[in-house]
Amino acid sequence: MNQPIFDAEVIKRDFPIFDRKVRGGLPLIFLDSGATSQKPRSVLDAERHFYEFTNAAVNRGSYLLAEEANEAYEDARATVAEFLKADASEIIFTKSATESLNLLAYSFGNAEPGSNFALKPGDSIVVSEMEHHANLIPWQQLAKRTGATLSWFALKQDGRLDLDSIDQVITDRTKIVAITQQSNVLGTIVPLEAIVKRAHEVGAIVVLDACQSAPHFAIDVKKLDVDFLAFSGHKALGPTGIGVLWGKFELLNQMVPFLTGGSMIESVTMTDATWAPVPRRFEAGVPNMAQAVGLAAALKYLTNIGMDSVHSHEMALTKSALLQIAEIPGIKVIGPQDTDSRGGVISFTVDQVHPHDVGQVLDQYGIAVRTGHHCAWPLMRKLNVVGTTRASFYIYNTEADVSALVDGIRQVQKYFKV
Amino acid sequence: MELDSLYQEVILDHYKKPAHKGLATNFSAQVHHVNPSCGDEITLNVALEGETVKDVSWDGVGCSISQASTSIMTELMIGKSVTEAFLILENFTALMQSKGTQKGDEDILEDAVALAGVSKFPARIKCALLGWMAFRDATAQGLIQKATETKGEE
Repeated sequence: MNQPIFDAEVIKRDFPIFDRKVRGGLPLIFLDSGATSQKPRSVLDAERHFYEFTNAAVNRGSYLLAEEANEAYEDARATVAEFLKADASEIIFTKSATESLNLLAYSFGNAEPGSNFALKPGDSIVVSEMEHHANLIPWQQLAKRTGATLSWFALKQDGRLDLDSIDQVITDRTKIVAITQQSNVLGTIVPLEAIVKRAHEVGAIVVLDACQSAPHFAIDVKKLDVDFLAFSGHKALGPTGIGVLWGKFELLNQMVPFLTGGSMIESVTMTDATWAPVPRRFEAGVPNMAQAVGLAAALKYLTNIGMDSVHSHEMALTKSALLQIAEIPGIKVIGPQDTDSRGGVISFTVDQVHPHDVGQVLDQYGIAVRTGHHCAWPLMRKLNVVGTTRASFYIYNTEADVSALVDGIRQVQKYFKV
Repeated sequence: MELDSLYQEVILDHYKKPAHKGLATNFSAQVHHVNPSCGDEITLNVALEGETVKDVSWDGVGCSISQASTSIMTELMIGKSVTEAFLILENFTALMQSKGTQKGDEDILEDAVALAGVSKFPARIKCALLGWMAFRDATAQGLIQKATETKGEE
């Protein structure tokens, strides 16, 4: 295979946002892709092209534009399927990963008593202590509504999950295991194999939050053998307003809808309705078509670079950043200290300086980082920190960005005289 | 540089040595406020004596802006009548919403004018207001309680 040589400086030129200047004419050093990624021109063009040439509601009209819109939308579905090594009939477009996860939680919650997905008191749902709120609260609330118990894998001091007690956490009563593939705060990559094996042993289904992983390394749902997977478009170079839910067809096929309305029906009377086949059963209303098309362009862009190249580039930056940050006294990296089983996300604290203040000073140098609790409040409490500063890397980041971050941290300390 | 308009020396001083931090045991009302976007938290006690703010004490975690702003607020409010205190609060809120167009009235706001620069940083206004909103809430609760107690005595 003739893989193009990876050059972040060249890639950066595909992203119009880097043409702008920030805070008094400085170049933008964007280290917040964990929150949302920037968009390459091909994504913006794809979305614009859809609106300018093919805009029509999918699944309805009998005219040319509607046909083309349909085709573009279904092509996008096929592209997502290919990206995950899945079948197109198993891809559901949602507005966000948050909606994908809620779709599951509400569909399970609405399942007929006695059916495969119905939960009752005594059943258990398993999460981990480092879940993003989006993969915690839907399950926490589902447990509350059904009387099921919520259990979780605890976090160890080294920022990894304690899997020693896996047989006590996932038990015969466990119906759902909902877990992140990579922590959005710590960068920790979860060893899924053991968890999937144990979950399937007891007949539980596994829901994977791939928001922080799918944009950054190759995913093969068949190899992972999870049952459901969610990720968001906007963290993977795609537009906002588009998320993905993948599920094994035979499971999706047994599920009741979450949102009801147009498009998702088979037949309707005044008093009853039956449901369209999967995936349309879960796509009520006119979907975010232009955004689906934009996401497909994003995934093609990533595939063209090669997900292995994406990952190795990010890991090179992460390794370099970890080494350089370790040399600064008073800075503590929260989470795994090395590059073993971790992704391109680094959370840290600066002694005696609140993360907000760290972020503010870095911003003065054009450096964009995330500060605060990162939508993982229980994790912050567990780690006994009020919040952290988080730098996250993507394909457009360079070694120069890492150096700027390290210099910026030193400026923070100087400014606050610590 | 731009940053210096945000982090005035007086703010950094208050941050390092916050006034009235540590909760007093005597109070008319206690409130707990959080800033859900960043996780900052404050517990604040207000002691009222008649119409006067007798004491304000607090504890909490937060950035330099929220800590300094709360510290400055306590020094301003203690000893004032509730009416005066609420006027100062209104004045400060208006300053925070001024998007950098006002310097603040030093006669009314004293040290709090140092926070004028915060109004140029939209993400930080909530930080500066955290303690002040807690004070407003606690004082209002204190007044209601007093009104109820007085009614009971009649």
